[in-house]
Amino acid sequence: MQIDLRTVSIKPLRNTFDHLVRRFGDKPASRYQEGSYDIQADTNLQYRPSWDPEHELHDAGRTAIVMSDWYALKDPRQFYYGAYTLARARQQEAAEASFTFVESRALLDQMDAATRSRALAVLMPLRHAAWGANMNNTSMCADGYGTLITQPCMYHAMDNLGVAQYLTRLGLLLGDAATLEAGREAWLNDAAWQPLRRLVEKTLVTRDWFELFVAQNFVLDGLLYPLIYGQFVDKHLNAHGGAGVSMLTAFMSEWHDETRRWIDAVLKTAAAESAANQALLSDWTRQWRGRAAEALSPIAQQALGASAAEVLATVEQSFNDRAAKLGLTL
Amino acid sequence: MDMSVKKKLGLKEKYALMTRNLGWEPSYEKREDVYPLLDYEGIKIHDWDTWEDPFRLTMDSYWKYQAEKERKLYAIIDAFNQNNGHLNVTDARYINAMKVFLSAVPALEYNAHRGFARLGRHMGGVGPQVACQMQAIDEMRHCQTQIHSISNYNRFYNGIHDWKHMNDRLWYLSVPKSFFEDACTCGPFEFIIAIGFSFEYVLTNLVFVPFVSGAAYNGDMGTMTFGFSAQSDEARHMTLGLEVIKFMLEQDPANLPIVQKWIDKWTWRGVRLLTIVAMMMDYMLPKRVMSWKEAWEIYFEENGMSLFKDLARYGIKVPDCVEQIKKEKDHLSHQAWTTFYAAAPMTNFHTWIPSDDELDWLSAKYPDTFDKYYRPRFEFFREQAEKGERFVNPNLPQLCQVCQIPMLFTEPDDPTQIAYRQSEHDGEKYHFCSDHCQHIFDNEPEKYVEAWLPVHQILQGNCFAEGDDPSAPDFDPIASVMKYWHLENGRDNGDFAGSEDEKNFAAWRGMTTSNT
Repeated sequence: MQIDLRTVSIKPLRNTFDHLVRRFGDKPASRYQEGSYDIQADTNLQYRPSWDPEHELHDAGRTAIVMSDWYALKDPRQFYYGAYTLARARQQEAAEASFTFVESRALLDQMDAATRSRALAVLMPLRHAAWGANMNNTSMCADGYGTLITQPCMYHAMDNLGVAQYLTRLGLLLGDAATLEAGREAWLNDAAWQPLRRLVEKTLVTRDWFELFVAQNFVLDGLLYPLIYGQFVDKHLNAHGGAGVSMLTAFMSEWHDETRRWIDAVLKTAAAESAANQALLSDWTRQWRGRAAEALSPIAQQALGASAAEVLATVEQSFNDRAAKLGLTL
Repeated sequence: MDMSVKKKLGLKEKYALMTRNLGWEPSYEKREDVYPLLDYEGIKIHDWDTWEDPFRLTMDSYWKYQAEKERKLYAIIDAFNQNNGHLNVTDARYINAMKVFLSAVPALEYNAHRGFARLGRHMGGVGPQVACQMQAIDEMRHCQTQIHSISNYNRFYNGIHDWKHMNDRLWYLSVPKSFFEDACTCGPFEFIIAIGFSFEYVLTNLVFVPFVSGAAYNGDMGTMTFGFSAQSDEARHMTLGLEVIKFMLEQDPANLPIVQKWIDKWTWRGVRLLTIVAMMMDYMLPKRVMSWKEAWEIYFEENGMSLFKDLARYGIKVPDCVEQIKKEKDHLSHQAWTTFYAAAPMTNFHTWIPSDDELDWLSAKYPDTFDKYYRPRFEFFREQAEKGERFVNPNLPQLCQVCQIPMLFTEPDDPTQIAYRQSEHDGEKYHFCSDHCQHIFDNEPEKYVEAWLPVHQILQGNCFAEGDDPSAPDFDPIASVMKYWHLENGRDNGDFAGSEDEKNFAAWRGMTTSNT
């Protein structure tokens, strides 16, 4: 049964702000729209940035990608700050419950010593790779053009930090501060990790922010997350008593699935804009895919031993399929 | 087993593992290529590891606390809107304060967001990077929650229907716009002194208290809740601002003169920006919180000065401009409101002459100046208006090249004389409202000659509506400029008395409180 509660109803003069009416027609706007569209200044910008005098403060020319309207790059999740934090708070609560559960049931003890040390050897150095991803996404937020793309990059950066911190907690639960130190040492000096560190450092000096988006969010993490969290943790470790680790990295797997919708939407729209964009995005993807596959190979080896090459090939194949669906030619 | 002998980590240790331990010294690329912005301002940092984290917040706690705050805030905004909360404000003149707020402030928060993102990437250590990143995402929050809190007013009242468009164009909005674009185009260290220290730490109370307490005093629950909700974020930002300045000063004695120069500059830039807040407090809130002068005395002369006392051990001195600000506190709001009153056709909010009660309040709050200099002006304006000759300044004012405020300020020691200063650069003359703005220009003329001054732009013909032909015989330049601004003449601007806002508010309030 419907209960008919009433409030005094007054007819408003207008539905929303004019800049949203111009984009979407005269109807009420969502909070995502109000908080995102056209928010960045794009007119009458004052002073040349001392850190980049060739460009204006907000300048579409900081990437070679060209869009007639940068606000075409919509985030399908429609994350504004409130929606973003609410989504992450729910995931955080689930992660917290997993940590409690795994700890109270001593689930991690089900792994034998060899599996345990392999888990740590693979996962701990990735704390640093996640920090690299954080710096890169922060950089895309700073250098990008139009709030619709810069805003989710900032959220993504904070997520990257969250991933690094969940890995840190996992390390402290499975081991102690020395465990983290060993991972750091591997990141800095072990031969197996040097190709990846070299690649991450190369992203840190990549100045075109859209290329960086391709390199970091699409290619590197597009291969690393399925390989590490999909194949190594959820399949391999799970089969060797590592269900506890799988629970503790559930955030990473879910997060990768969720954020990939956004990354795909951005690339699909940008590639569909022009043949030049399509060619550039394809080219960047090809270049970075080559480097990333090479960098991940010794890590796959460490994680999966004999089956590494085969698994990596599967991961690469599904990445290629994904790229093709977005309209890229590799 | 080994789990049981695990060393218990302290909070500080644990947080270090969660943040600064994640970073590393690059070896495949040069450090100066990874962090290219650290050297050119002349600030010397010898050891980024000595950075003390101003707060310790991991991402999982951040998400948890912030989501809780967001949930509460939006529940209240929704309730306020659903129940026509806008009709419960003291009187409809109040809404004009919110128009000024929306027109100016979210765009500032947005630039702070982008500026702190740049620092979040480019500071030289994980500790300060993470602190700056959190501020970057917080500033996005403030930008959006402000828009969301105030957007309902736009549905019922005029003036802010195209706030973002106006923010980049309308004459008085170039003051806040240029302030933040100035800061964001600085190097990372100057930016953080400008925004993190001078603005967030020294001046933040003078923005927050007037608007948020003003909202609370005037029945605007939505805006009030936004303000209270942002308070704990602001507290974090203030501790960051303070830590940064201490860190820079402790790293190298050569940093002191650079930092002092920036503090002097940005204290003055900030205070000039607050002129509009002073006016809002003394003239636009139907129910006043306190006078601008009182706010200045509490939040700057008392609190701000004790901060400078703390910093004295590093050699930091109170900025010279403070002497002038002290003299101006009795005049600032009155000079600003008379200017806006006279420019009423050109603004996106309404102005009015204070009522007798309000004039008495101003006389009581400003015993040394109000009756002597300003009350007679308002009485004159009122007489003119009653005769049907409402006073309007028909001229485009000259603007200060640095703060971009019209030349409305008087000489510090002679309130009857408008202050003018002038410098030459490359054969061109530039004008300033004060010694301090002139000084800022003289230090960096190449930067400030790039200012986009609305009046100059109008006179150069750069602010006419698209499609209008200035050579047409019936061309009306003022109408064309208003069209360029998207200012709806007769609805957005002019007197509050007789405005559509006034009529609608009265009619709607009637609908909600009576049965006719």
